[in-house]
Amino acid sequence: MNKPLLTIGVTGLNAIDSPGPGVAVIRGLREATSFDCRIIGLSYESLEPGIYMHDIVEKTYQIPYPSAGMEVLMSRLKYIHEQEHLDVIIPNFDAELYSFIKLSDVLKNMGIHTFLPTMEQFEERHKVNLNAFGKKYNIHVPRSKSVYSVNEVQQLEKDYDWPLVVKGKYYDAMLAYNFDQVKSAFNKISAKWGLPIIIQEFIHGTEYNVTGLGDGSGNTIAAVPMRKQYITDKGKAWGGISIADKEILALTDHFLHSTKWYGGFELELMKDKNGRYYLLEINPRMPAWIYLAVGVGQNIPEALTRLAMGWSTDAFTSYEVGKMFIRYAWDMIVDLKEFEQISTHGEL
Amino acid sequence: MKIKNNIAVSDNGFVFNPGSGESFTVNPVGLVMLNMLRKGLSQSKIVATIIEEYNIDASSVERDLNDFKEMMRQYRLMQHDDE
Amino acid sequence: MTVKRTYERPVIKKLESNMPNKFGMRTIYEPVTHLEENAVKDLISEYGSPLFVISETKIRKNYSASRQAFETRYPRVQFAWSYKTNYLDAICNIYHQEGSWAEVVSGFEYDKAIRNGVNGSKIIFNGPDKSEEDLRKAVTNNSLIHIDHLDELYLLQDIARATKQRPKVAIRVNMDTGVFPMWDRFGFNYENGQAWDALNKIMFSGQMDLVGLHTHIGTFMLAPSAYAVAASKLAHLAQSVLTKYNHEIKYIDMGGGFASKNTLKGSYLPGSDISPSIDDFAEAITSALMNSDYRPKTPPLLIIESGRVLIDDAAWLLGTVLANKRLSDGRRSVILDVGVNILFTAFWYDHKITPAQAFTSYTEDTALYGPLCMNIDVVRENINMPMLNKGDQLVVHHVGAYNMTQWMQFITLRPKVVLIDEKFKVHVIRNNETLSILTDLEAVPSHLVDFEL
Repeated sequence: MNKPLLTIGVTGLNAIDSPGPGVAVIRGLREATSFDCRIIGLSYESLEPGIYMHDIVEKTYQIPYPSAGMEVLMSRLKYIHEQEHLDVIIPNFDAELYSFIKLSDVLKNMGIHTFLPTMEQFEERHKVNLNAFGKKYNIHVPRSKSVYSVNEVQQLEKDYDWPLVVKGKYYDAMLAYNFDQVKSAFNKISAKWGLPIIIQEFIHGTEYNVTGLGDGSGNTIAAVPMRKQYITDKGKAWGGISIADKEILALTDHFLHSTKWYGGFELELMKDKNGRYYLLEINPRMPAWIYLAVGVGQNIPEALTRLAMGWSTDAFTSYEVGKMFIRYAWDMIVDLKEFEQISTHGEL
Repeated sequence: MKIKNNIAVSDNGFVFNPGSGESFTVNPVGLVMLNMLRKGLSQSKIVATIIEEYNIDASSVERDLNDFKEMMRQYRLMQHDDE
Repeated sequence: MTVKRTYERPVIKKLESNMPNKFGMRTIYEPVTHLEENAVKDLISEYGSPLFVISETKIRKNYSASRQAFETRYPRVQFAWSYKTNYLDAICNIYHQEGSWAEVVSGFEYDKAIRNGVNGSKIIFNGPDKSEEDLRKAVTNNSLIHIDHLDELYLLQDIARATKQRPKVAIRVNMDTGVFPMWDRFGFNYENGQAWDALNKIMFSGQMDLVGLHTHIGTFMLAPSAYAVAASKLAHLAQSVLTKYNHEIKYIDMGGGFASKNTLKGSYLPGSDISPSIDDFAEAITSALMNSDYRPKTPPLLIIESGRVLIDDAAWLLGTVLANKRLSDGRRSVILDVGVNILFTAFWYDHKITPAQAFTSYTEDTALYGPLCMNIDVVRENINMPMLNKGDQLVVHHVGAYNMTQWMQFITLRPKVVLIDEKFKVHVIRNNETLSILTDLEAVPSHLVDFEL
């Protein structure tokens, strides 16, 4: 039987110490059994390792940063589409999702499919809105409050126990054991990421993650829970193991069912000493460890691509428990000519 | 001051300094100037060639060439004549 | 004779690993050589540089789009042009021709609106600074007076008593809408009961007509939901008045503050991508009003005092490169004849700036400075620009709001403002200042007239 050939654009080729998911997503796509694919890399910088992995990426084009605006991004994508005739784009960075979600209709009219959360889903899962999210969907979340001045924290003291987690709007989190530490964390983080600062209750416990895929109608197409076994100093998993946990799977089903989530996602969970799960964060895309899901029998990149194409897709019902992923670093030897090519022409 | 003689310059304006491992890009006019500088042409010769070929006056070229050389110096792509 | 090639300044740029390179990428900007059929070059040669250019077509288009956004969702809508945003007579009159009332915040703006021919009953008088004389005038003209504080309320009571006229009043209400900062310095607070207290004082006095409720929750608001909160709080107050006094509030004034498509400094994504559309704001406000618990016989008139969102993208500022310079850290800097003296909004926006002539895809990180001999005169701290030469012309985009009112006569004189009409004809609507315009205001005491050097 002839398998269809899809041309798929993938971002997040920065397989570095704090990696983007692109390369792992591509490995899943390459192993897809229901279609063949040509992979077009979409990179922001000249040194993203995926650009130089010619055995898995056919060709890479540089695209402008989201901060340059959608108009500029769109004209670049039009150019790339003229050359490559893309069927699907899988964006993998949080920062670019806003633009791709907004552009998804335009892309669709050009024949480029995406499978992304709606703008409403994207916004309401935002860190700043986590409390409201928990209330709306009846999911335990750590209590948190957005504050605009250090003094507001003093009023929280009576409702919260030490330590507190002080979080930035986009990135960064610090643990504070007293008011002085809150103050210093507040100043440091707000200088970098602006206001508000999120003050969050600290949940003692063990961290779990689950990645999966929602079809937009409330069904779970895939879900694989994992426990991190080795964490880098940047807090990234460098090794992890697939686990069987009915509660996590039930929580994932509930999340997908109640939000009618579209697309890939990762939930960051904390299990406290009473065995209760708290939802800490929702990443609206596949995580960098997505290849573990592929390896245990749920090829999420493949299923997501099928959904994007509008093809019928069966839900995965099982996965292998107790499989591990162990990440490793690998030095490629690259000719300067290649770096020159991507740097001067924006294509390689 | 002249251009370090081990600097590699490609036709499409990619510049590599093997001594430092740094790479650069130059625009077309910069490439023309850089190649003339590497050949050791004098300032006046370079200016004359540019105004011959491009739609520009001598004083502007002179000013831009000096600025360009200053940038090359800051990027450590120049060396003293006796080095 | 052979045709000579186009010259571009030579540039060498280091490739950094943490930086995307824009070399070889398609040009991210297109030059803006013409504004509505008029060449930038011609505009500058005829009217000088710098030069503000305003589009009548764009103003009318923005206005009708906004009106439509509200009128398709709510039966009774009235716009009131925010004078402080741009109070050039020609501009105000375009809005008045479109049907806008006037919204003013000082005696000066009030007089300007009267002078423009606006009927006093269609002037909304806002702000904390209204003198007794201003208030008497406004009362006599039946203008809508939006009370900002208790002192003003008492003063109005005195005027009513003394003149035996009934002032038409509203109160300005400030409130928590979930956005920061909360503008609690203007008006009466909702949450702590000040607003309700003020309403009771007005109703008890029996000397004023309580006709409206007003709020203005902030500036450059990016969250339509905050307006929904504000609208339902005002509606709740209106219902409280109806219940207690059987008195119907005639209008709800939601103020303005809608974000334009400019990019605030520090914003990661550009304003053109993230600013909500006028439909988003209209949807939030009108659905909150209609779903509110306010149940009058006649639905209240919805007043919108938009300024920025109606005019920001209808104006450009043209300028010219005065000089090129290399900073001590190797960065390129370009000095323009446009500075913060006339582009006041450069303090809070990263304005989009495009060259007015063709250029190649080669770019350089550039600091754009104004002409003032002042360190704060920075138009853009860091912008990726093509190679600019002395004499090149630039177009600064989205400058319609607040620049032609907040500009300052500092160090140099202010330039001309022209309007391109709907047939693309250019009219000077404000002349450039001259030395005598300023010196005419001055007086030198006789003992200071003569000196010898």
